[in-house]
Amino acid sequence: MRWRTVLPLVLFAVLAVALGVGLTLNPRDIPSALIDKQVPDFALPPVPGKALGLASADLKNGEVALVNVFASWCVACRAEHPLLMELARRRTVPLHGLAYKDAPADSARWLAEWGDPYERTGVDRVGRVGIDFGVYGVPETFVVDGQGRIVFKHIGPITPRDLESKILPAIATARGS
Amino acid sequence: MTPGGRVTPLPTLPLKGRGEGTPAPTDPPLLEGRGRRRGSSTRIRLRITAPLFVFVAFLLLGNAARALGIDPPLPDPAQEARAVDLHKALRCLVCQNQSIHDSNAGLATDLRRIVRERITAGDSDKQVIDYVVTRYGDWVLLKPPLNVRTAVLWAAPVILILLGAGFVASFHRRNRNVALTLPTPLSDAERARLNAIMSSDEPPPAVRSKGAGS
Repeated sequence: MRWRTVLPLVLFAVLAVALGVGLTLNPRDIPSALIDKQVPDFALPPVPGKALGLASADLKNGEVALVNVFASWCVACRAEHPLLMELARRRTVPLHGLAYKDAPADSARWLAEWGDPYERTGVDRVGRVGIDFGVYGVPETFVVDGQGRIVFKHIGPITPRDLESKILPAIATARGS
Repeated sequence: MTPGGRVTPLPTLPLKGRGEGTPAPTDPPLLEGRGRRRGSSTRIRLRITAPLFVFVAFLLLGNAARALGIDPPLPDPAQEARAVDLHKALRCLVCQNQSIHDSNAGLATDLRRIVRERITAGDSDKQVIDYVVTRYGDWVLLKPPLNVRTAVLWAAPVILILLGAGFVASFHRRNRNVALTLPTPLSDAERARLNAIMSSDEPPPAVRSKGAGS
């Protein structure tokens, strides 16, 4: 066969494969700029009724931890909440909550109603710490190693599959290193 | 936006056509209840159009209020112009294909405020951009920077133009020899036959192509 015959077919195949792969990508999954970077400096008061606030120093105590960005107005947060409760019940990993752009009273009521999986919470009323974390949608979950380095970021509600295939391995890797 | 930060209400739209007052002279008088057909259909139309106007007016006013009412501009017009230019260059991460200048999303509002804050704090345009990029990555820039990862993206138009030019050139080369060969003129016998066909009223005999048929 001559190249003139083959070339359009090859071009078509390349285009089809490229567009096919493109279809499987999620445009909402934006690569985080903060992977392998230190968490921003912050210190936030706890959700009313809770004792422990959240600060960057709490993420540098040598223990791998999860930081979950949530809000009472966030519908998808409800979807992942049972999984977070389960994580907390099994004491798999310290889990901290960042209440993003939420009225503190609403956050407190939300936790009272659906259960409180968090060890520490931080009230980010204006969303400034969220922006420093590169948060652009809620929920988001960060895996932070014991030295305050962000090693993994999950965007959107955590499904059991995400937990098994991405988050737990990221925790294991962070603990190993 | 007025300097005081208040939104001037838009004048209410005058309702064109039939108002709620006196009916137009051509209309039959509106009767009570299940009266005449024509009258009740007019009233139904009124009952639908009037709330529709109010609804549309609310939509327009709501958008105007939201677009104008949130952001207080910087007092220095030059700084405000820089801020707006930067807003137009930054992607809204929630709505993805809008700039934060065009977006009403909460995050876009926050980022607009941060850009203004950084400018007030004396940052250069590049420092402001770097501030946002360190948090959200290159993706936040509506115009992607030229680097190793985006080289293909930037080179693609040039490559495609070159490919197209190559295709056109090869097409021309191939067709140049063919196009200049004129068809052989008809022989005398063929010409005579053609004339016969053209001048007769009979439909021409079916032409059988060579090799066709049994």
